[in-house]
Amino acid sequence: MATETSGAAKTEILRRVRKANGGSSDAVAAETAWNAIAREYRREAALAPEAMLDLLEDRLRDYDAHVVRVQRLEIAATVARMLTESGKRRIIVPAGIAAEWLPEGFEFVTDTGMTAADLDGFDGVLTGSTVAIAETGTVILQDVARPGRRAATLIPDYHLCIVEASKVVETVPEAMERLRATSTRPTTFFSGPSATADIEMTRIKGVHGPRFLDVILTI
Amino acid sequence: MSGPLLDPRTAPSFPKAAHNLLRDAQLRKNVHHATSVIQNKRARVVAELGDWEQLRLAGERIREHTMTHLDAYLEQFEMNCTRAGGVVHWARDAEEARQIVVRLAKEAIAAEQRESPSPAEILKIKSMTTEEIGLNGALEAAGIRPYETDLAELIIQLGRDKPSHIVVPALHKNRQQIHEIFQREMHLPDLGHSPEDLAEAARLFLREKFLRVPTAVSGANFLIAETGGVCIVESEGNGRMCLTLPRTLITVAGIDKVIPRFRDLEVFLQLLPRSATGERMNPYNSIWTGVSAGDGPRAFHVVLMDNARSGILADKESRQTLNCIRCGACQNVCPVYRQTGGQAYGSVYAGPIGAILTPQLQQMHYAESLPFASSLCGACYEVCPVKINIPEVLIHLRNKVVEQKGLTGEALAMKIMATIFQSERRFRAAQRLGRMAEAPLVRKDGQGVGWIGWLPGMLGGWTQVRDLQEMPKQTFRDWWEKRGRDGN
Repeated sequence: MATETSGAAKTEILRRVRKANGGSSDAVAAETAWNAIAREYRREAALAPEAMLDLLEDRLRDYDAHVVRVQRLEIAATVARMLTESGKRRIIVPAGIAAEWLPEGFEFVTDTGMTAADLDGFDGVLTGSTVAIAETGTVILQDVARPGRRAATLIPDYHLCIVEASKVVETVPEAMERLRATSTRPTTFFSGPSATADIEMTRIKGVHGPRFLDVILTI
Repeated sequence: MSGPLLDPRTAPSFPKAAHNLLRDAQLRKNVHHATSVIQNKRARVVAELGDWEQLRLAGERIREHTMTHLDAYLEQFEMNCTRAGGVVHWARDAEEARQIVVRLAKEAIAAEQRESPSPAEILKIKSMTTEEIGLNGALEAAGIRPYETDLAELIIQLGRDKPSHIVVPALHKNRQQIHEIFQREMHLPDLGHSPEDLAEAARLFLREKFLRVPTAVSGANFLIAETGGVCIVESEGNGRMCLTLPRTLITVAGIDKVIPRFRDLEVFLQLLPRSATGERMNPYNSIWTGVSAGDGPRAFHVVLMDNARSGILADKESRQTLNCIRCGACQNVCPVYRQTGGQAYGSVYAGPIGAILTPQLQQMHYAESLPFASSLCGACYEVCPVKINIPEVLIHLRNKVVEQKGLTGEALAMKIMATIFQSERRFRAAQRLGRMAEAPLVRKDGQGVGWIGWLPGMLGGWTQVRDLQEMPKQTFRDWWEKRGRDGN
């Protein structure tokens, strides 16, 4: 639905770019040249799985996240313990969350597209994860069904995130490779809780996103 | 509401602005402290990666490749973004970009107002591109109130100040100064002084706006041609708020922001956070493609803006300027920037990258002092994550400035000097003349040595920061000839 002016602007900008480059390119020429770009940086993991989890835990802690490592069967009990410790009771969860992760005694409410104001009324949010990067201490959420809608992991002040060992990779290139097939879905990377260094370059935990991040890492 | 613009067309020249700013000891202290902290953090996380140089090299090659095929990638981005439900607009210059954004914002606000009465407001994510085009002023002139939501931009907006750094725009302010601004502008008489108190005040001030205002304007870190997606990296979560909660999102991006493929993020998401804030990864990255049912805005617009970038692309020597990913690492290491701070550059792009980008975004004569605002020490080149050879571009631009200016006073003086040096007679005469001319300016010190503390006119630049010793009574030539005659 480009307007007439926008059409003229597009034509003019592309004309200028082609003139600057001494001719025009096309998708085929671009693809051939892109494939020829040398990439000599590291693209594969070097650590054993156990050491990779250690690294992720260390890097998450470095960014002020609270991390525990448990067996898969202990997830529900650990969720109960962590929610109790942080005094959270009314928790929003995405529709696709695994039922066996949810302990008794808490109010888990499925996100059915609530308003921002509704989300603001919850104590916290509980989600799984899509991928985690050990080297940078990053967790990635993608897909509406499982980790959930972006707003749901943004507005509540507390995020409890379950990262299964199978979701963990060591490097950034490995993570991007895993995301490639679903790359057009809304995607959020987070590395620790919300933070800023805008005042005298001091890292302050918690501005607008969740100020408290707990991670349950399964073995 | 918004403060004075950093407009290279009206800003004083760098030496004039720097002269005034250097007298502000507090500013120099703040800038020095902040840049030292970032430099150290950067060095630490860069050293962690054994393949940093290979990443830089790949980053450079991907950026060069993108510029060579820019027309193809821009069209590819438009096609894929449109297919995903986004609307792409093209803007030849800043004026056209402002008009498009103001029109889209007005339409979005009018649609909201038809549903329920609401004020004409928009949320903004920190964006250098919207600073470059002075978007806030244009929105205000159209009766729309923009709220900056990045903490540093909020400090700048409430303090009616100007940004001084690409990544940390309020780095020239310390906590006491920020405290004063927030206390006054947010009406918080009991506000605490710690950085935590100040961040909490910003959280409360903005949270109500995030939950209420349904239109947002952002910049972009990367436009992904392959998918039509957009990537924004940030720290606080204000970006996520603006990208997720509003019903309408308008993204303004230079045509240089495109990258070929999703996979290329594996390079830039390593280079950018480590170079910009010294973090292994910044707290939040968002990637979205068009609109998604049930998640995020219902309407998404991208404004692709040229604004002189195609002109830079046409200059073989300086087109590498467009490879910049706006990390600010060159500002933090620059010995000139660290003394003057960013505002002396008279442009939203300060420091080494600003010294090459600003004159090229403007007609050269508006920012002609900037290519000279450097000692060519090369520190910027060493830290640049995509290996832009800033000193090389600076020298190229200096040449262009000199060529454009034609025969200036300085060039004339050099010509006269050359004529004098060509003849022994003229050289001796000039020396005699110099000794006579300097006499009224010489002051003797305690040891009887003569010093000149002030020189007139153009020569004054030399004595502004140092004294000049008087010329010797006898030149080397005189002494040599006399020695021969006296036989000693």
